Amino acid sequence: MGENKFDIAYGVGLLPNWSEHGAAIDQLIKILHIFMIVLFVSWGIFLLYCLIKFRSRPGHKASYQSATSKLPKYAEIGVVLFETFLLVGLSFPIWSRYRLQKPDAEKALHVRVVAQAFQWNIHYPGEDGKFGPTRPELVNNAFNPLGIDKTHPDSYDDFWSVGTMNVPKGVPVVADITSKDVIHSFAIPVLRVKQDANPGLVTPVWFTATKTGKISIVCSQLCGNGHSRMFGRVQIQEPEEFKKWMAEKKRPFKPKEKKSENANLDIDKVTEGASS
Amino acid sequence: MSHEHDSHHGHELSFIQKYVFSVDHKVIGIQYGITALTFLFFGFVLMMLMRWQLAYPDQPMPIVGSLFPNGMPNGLMTGDFYNELGAMHGTIMIFLGVVPLGVGAFGNYLVPLQVGAPDMAFPKMNAASYWTYLTGGLIMFSSFFLAEGGAAQSGWTSYPPLSVMAGQGQTFWLFGMVMLITSSLLGSVNIIVTIVQLRVPGLSFFKLPFHVWAQFVTSFLLLLAFPPLEAAGVLQLMDRLAGTSFFLPSGLVMGESVMDVAGGGNVVLYQHLFWFLAHPEVYVLILPAIGLITEIIATNTRKPLYGYKTIIYAAIFLGFMSFLVWAHHMFMTGMGTVMSDFFQVTTMIISVPSVVILTVLIITLWGGSIRYNVPMCFALAFLPMFAIGGLTGLPLGLSASDIYLHDTYYVIGHFHYVVAPGTLFALFAAVYHWYPKAVGRKMSSFWGKVHFWGSLISINFVFFPMLLQGITHLNRRMYNYPLTGEGTTLWDIYPHSASIQYLNEVISIAAWVLGAFQLVFIFNFFLSIKFGKKVNDNPWEATTLEWATPTPPPHGNFLTEPTVYRGPYEYSVPGEKEDFSPQHIEPKPA
Ligand code: HEM
Ligand SMILES: [Cu+2]
Ligand SMILES: [Cu+2]
Repeated sequence: MGENKFDIAYGVGLLPNWSEHGAAIDQLIKILHIFMIVLFVSWGIFLLYCLIKFRSRPGHKASYQSATSKLPKYAEIGVVLFETFLLVGLSFPIWSRYRLQKPDAEKALHVRVVAQAFQWNIHYPGEDGKFGPTRPELVNNAFNPLGIDKTHPDSYDDFWSVGTMNVPKGVPVVADITSKDVIHSFAIPVLRVKQDANPGLVTPVWFTATKTGKISIVCSQLCGNGHSRMFGRVQIQEPEEFKKWMAEKKRPFKPKEKKSENANLDIDKVTEGASS
Repeated sequence: MSHEHDSHHGHELSFIQKYVFSVDHKVIGIQYGITALTFLFFGFVLMMLMRWQLAYPDQPMPIVGSLFPNGMPNGLMTGDFYNELGAMHGTIMIFLGVVPLGVGAFGNYLVPLQVGAPDMAFPKMNAASYWTYLTGGLIMFSSFFLAEGGAAQSGWTSYPPLSVMAGQGQTFWLFGMVMLITSSLLGSVNIIVTIVQLRVPGLSFFKLPFHVWAQFVTSFLLLLAFPPLEAAGVLQLMDRLAGTSFFLPSGLVMGESVMDVAGGGNVVLYQHLFWFLAHPEVYVLILPAIGLITEIIATNTRKPLYGYKTIIYAAIFLGFMSFLVWAHHMFMTGMGTVMSDFFQVTTMIISVPSVVILTVLIITLWGGSIRYNVPMCFALAFLPMFAIGGLTGLPLGLSASDIYLHDTYYVIGHFHYVVAPGTLFALFAAVYHWYPKAVGRKMSSFWGKVHFWGSLISINFVFFPMLLQGITHLNRRMYNYPLTGEGTTLWDIYPHSASIQYLNEVISIAAWVLGAFQLVFIFNFFLSIKFGKKVNDNPWEATTLEWATPTPPPHGNFLTEPTVYRGPYEYSVPGEKEDFSPQHIEPKPA
């Protein structure tokens, strides 16, 4: 087995968390497991005690009368109260942050994530912040996997990347998730992000990364025989570094500079896809 | 026993009428049982093949690999074949194994006996139910031999568009499902009517054994939850065969070509229809199992059930609530806060009756005189195993923690604790417990204990590591974590998976050991027919009506119709000579 070329030493247990919202999720998971272990162990001790104390043996008789203790009732009420706390105190707020509190459009980096069997296409809007429109019949896996309409001015500074998603550290990222073919699921375990990529529907997710480094995207919905190959990368960079990366990225649909009057918008010749 | 000829039928039945196309609920129950056990074993074998691929990815499988020239060229499993095995393992285990065993076999065999009836309300419909089930099962099974594409490979959930675009196996799967659903509907109507109409005099609803109640609630779940899935199945079939697009949106691109469908469909709609069945289905698996072990636990603690009415109300409430939690399987589809809050609340609510049921069973032990025979061992093991299954459901039922855990092996570990060391153990307990009634001999308790301890230990080495893997975010339904190919290693692809690959080996070896211990059961089951210890009509000294019949019960069951005088769990009644007081024996006036 090769060595770990990633920036994390992995082992059994929760993966490290590199996102702002993830800490609350981890806390919830930990509280839940402590609760579960306490319940299971105390309950298990009671079970074992019964199994030994009330084993059948010569001279021992079962009693017709059942236990009358109120303890089980209190235990059940305790469980209900604790579950209410889990819901209202922890899960609801986390979910509403995850689903409702969308970061400001000005402050966030906006990308589209378009899944297809078996790769992740990341669509960046470029400097204008606007995505060029896409149409299914324009899809060309080599040169235009997203089917971007290159004649539209919004597309001129768009670019895309296959497999790797570069994002800046400390800046909110809003990703619109969709799919071209079957259902996939966009998961970045280390960022505590998961969202099904449904064809025909667009669902946004958002996160803010807290560390720089390289981590994986895993497809988390069975999507065919290449499902397990459908991985991607998130490259988290310092904001300046990210800006540089973006500036250097080739814009496949950028019209050629006007050198003579008639070489106007000859974008048909520009067929090269963005490298990733 | 000399009762064999006391059949209520005047005329002699031919062998075929008696044992093959029988309308006797007991014969049908046994047919269901043997068929379901066979399918269970088959589903288990599929999984044992998958476990090779997971433990030793991309290494040729010795010997066995050469049996599958298409699925495993050179002994190397293909992704398609893995997905076929996975989808069929899930489908077979649930729809062809556990449900037919719990409802088809034990429901059929025991419900008429426990309500004192001579047979099911509609004996012919009962037979029709079995034969439809068998047909559905064979259709599914045969799809492995399809030249093009093999069996269904879109998971037991069969989400479109993947399933609509899949090969022919999916069409077989859908036809098979329609048969199985039909069979379940026939069976559940029968059980409901039998319980309502055919109880003997004196047997009021609150004198029924809890098992009958459990089957009653289960039948309502089947009756009400399956039709939406049948509809979803037919719609998907239309999408595949008739060019409709109920579940297909516009603008799908396959490779580079735009799919030629009308579009306008919705992929999430199918999931709602599917889970509207599939969550109640979980309780269809578990409720009969709980019913069965309740009988076994009461009998072997020699004391009345603690909270008989409580457990009945809990079961009814559970059944009702199970229709209101389905979307907790769909948090990651992009659900808003209103929906997710609603389904989280209902999910937490449904955990309460489950806790109540477990509490009732464990407190029943208090003050008992516990006999550790084989059925009781399996029944007791059910309690902690089901508890693990139930508790690990909490983090999956809260949408926030589900963000991380969804689609990982944590889910697989969770529901297998419920269905395998939970439900399956309960069903094993039931086989050992009622075998003497059906056969007239006991299964060997020595080999029974070997089976029990071997299974209990190895099954925990299968499923506990899965929970750990899930916490480490190992994704489910992955046929390999590519180890080879263009300079990649596992570390390059899924570094977190590489760090726990050794657990995959532990799990697989434990699963094969578990398989070996099932051979003990199989031999014990068949050899005991001839060599088991002979028993009387009521070997466990139990109280419910099935033990009041001759052994094995003849066609028509009871020699004379019994009358019921008391509740189902009258054990160790003060002032009585025996420590068990059967339901049909009149208490002596004090
Ligand atoms: C007792 C031994 C069993 C073992 C060792 C076992 C093992 C497994 C494993 C490893 C998977 C995951 C495969 C994957 O995600 O790639 C799986 C999936 C599954 N199993 Fe089992 N299983 C057992 C029994 C059962 C039983 C009794 C049931 C049902 C009643 C069941 C129902 C399922 C279902 C529904 C799936 C999901 C299939 C899918 O992804 O569509 N299993 N099993
Ligand atoms: Cu995918
Ligand atoms: Cu559910």
